[in-house]
Amino acid sequence: MWDYTEKVMDHYKNPRNVGEIENPSAVGEAGSLVCGDALKLYLKVDENDVITDAKFQTFGCGSAVASSSVLTEMLKGMTIEDASKITNQQIADALGGLPPQKMHCSVMGHEALESAIANYKGEDVAAHCDEKIICTCYHVTESALREAVEQNNLTDLEDVMNYTKAGGACGQCHVAIQKIIDEIKNKKEKVDIKNMSVTQLVLKINNVIEKYISNELRKDGGDIELIDVKENKVFVSLKGMCKSCKFSSNTLKNFVEASLKEHISPDIEVIEV
Amino acid sequence: MTKTVYLDNNATTMVDPKVFEAMKPYFCELYGNPSSMHKFGGQVAKAVEKAREQVKNFLGANDSKEIIFTASGSEGDNMAIRGILEANKNKKHIITTKIEHPAVLNVYKYLEKQGYEVTYLGVDSLGNLDLNELKNAITDDTALVSMMYANNETGVILPVEKAAKLVKQINPKIKFHVDAVQAAGKIKIDVKNTDIDLLSIAGHKIHAPKGIGALYVKTGTLLPAFIIGGHQERGKRAGTENVPYIVGLGEACEIAQNALDYEMTEVKRLRDKLENGIVKSIYNAKVNGATENRVPNTTNIGFQYIEGELILLHLSDLGICASSGSACTSGSLEPSHVLKSMGVPFESLHGSIRFSLSRFTTEAEIDYVLKVLPDVITKLNGISPYQKELNRLKAQFNH
Repeated sequence: MWDYTEKVMDHYKNPRNVGEIENPSAVGEAGSLVCGDALKLYLKVDENDVITDAKFQTFGCGSAVASSSVLTEMLKGMTIEDASKITNQQIADALGGLPPQKMHCSVMGHEALESAIANYKGEDVAAHCDEKIICTCYHVTESALREAVEQNNLTDLEDVMNYTKAGGACGQCHVAIQKIIDEIKNKKEKVDIKNMSVTQLVLKINNVIEKYISNELRKDGGDIELIDVKENKVFVSLKGMCKSCKFSSNTLKNFVEASLKEHISPDIEVIEV
Repeated sequence: MTKTVYLDNNATTMVDPKVFEAMKPYFCELYGNPSSMHKFGGQVAKAVEKAREQVKNFLGANDSKEIIFTASGSEGDNMAIRGILEANKNKKHIITTKIEHPAVLNVYKYLEKQGYEVTYLGVDSLGNLDLNELKNAITDDTALVSMMYANNETGVILPVEKAAKLVKQINPKIKFHVDAVQAAGKIKIDVKNTDIDLLSIAGHKIHAPKGIGALYVKTGTLLPAFIIGGHQERGKRAGTENVPYIVGLGEACEIAQNALDYEMTEVKRLRDKLENGIVKSIYNAKVNGATENRVPNTTNIGFQYIEGELILLHLSDLGICASSGSACTSGSLEPSHVLKSMGVPFESLHGSIRFSLSRFTTEAEIDYVLKVLPDVITKLNGISPYQKELNRLKAQFNH
């Protein structure tokens, strides 16, 4: 039994925007019958590049249907440019999160969206097929793997399987996947925050907070909010139980700051406001 | 709250209230140790031996000494497979099938790492085994042949008695083990006058509680101790007996033996009613595996072009419990190895649902499923991206 959120359950029970759009402006596809999940996304876009309608058809489990359904809701009213910035994590977040083993459903949503946008822009989707395939069982390309690893800060093989399905069947590509993870990890460690734009840094910090910090604090009835970022200084405010906790300075230094240092840069300094 | 319609009896069963009643005194009243010298313990030893006799009768063994109580089907399988190999250290080859339960497939994976060679026999599209393939797989190095009696996903029965006979004809020294976890209580098991050396069962599949099982070991079969310690279970499995559960298993075996006729007629009738009702009312439903050579309680149906977990989730909301061979339900990303071995096409494979009944299943429950299932499938068909394919199936169905 999966631990699905209320939102996931609501969306698979009452999926929004099911079906085809007649004369769509763009169609995107991801997955296949063989893989066990497949998604077709239809978009109607007006002359100002605004998505006026979005519909889907999905072959897949509860979280695949929920991811597709919530994605169509997110897309309506968005410009193509904004839509192209949607990440799989945002799809998962819109559902209040997905079980780790089901994150690949949000990745599939993201892939279908990318495919639809490419279709809209008239890009040759077939060009992507020439890419190097790492996982032959599930047809996962190197660039798809890199994107998933980078966007979601994936650090181990199991995470990569959960997000992309790559390596989940015969296991022959495990070494190749590990190599990609290590490569990206090494590259990340060398990132100098001075070269990052503020938006980039804020996004990264929020990502780390969401992924590694918030959940832990919530277990103890607390939480954290990012207030501001100035150069290497990260201003946060502790909430709930953390606020009144006598160990809060400890939490801040040894956990929050340590996590941000580990995942972003050793230069980061956390200040409570 | 919706009423629960439990059609997942191959996963586990309800403890029969009569079994539970039989177990009760052995917790707070008759709690003595069967090994004790006093009468208080002695009467408990008698209860354990009675249960052993009941299991013996249920399996058609010659002697109750041939029954070893275990904690589960997995334990019996491990004890048999690893024990036989330990007793035949100079032989390194095992023969089994591709459709075994993961509980034993993982034992073979482990053994392969230890240097054993394992031959996995395939099955045809109906899930049936080819005995010629078995014959050809036997080598001078073969220590053990092990296969399931009935498959947990499809219910298809393997010809274990014939296979055992064939193996012994070629080399009587090769041991033959049967994983009968899914056959017990559904079809008659009678090891007497067969060439089967070892056979394991699990209590929780036959209305006894979880945490108890038994292994039949034919007299004269050399098997080292699986748990070393005291003299319990004739030294093969040390540890103070799990008395209440042993009593429960014995009672469950006796009841199951008496209920076999009901199982083969009434449970079968309800299963067939369910199966026929589904394939006659739902155009994209197709039975996976043989419909003849099958245990009476199981049906495995592939709903084409829709996905199994999604079906289960919707059924669950209606109070109906079933299970699926879809990849999404396991978390392993891989769909059922059994259905894959049978060559079930992907459009059915991912949407396969297993319904497994028991003697507690009622006609009203089957009628309820037949009433609500078509609407669920129609709704889910509407979400599928394979509308063209579905329309084609619909046209064929109406033709």
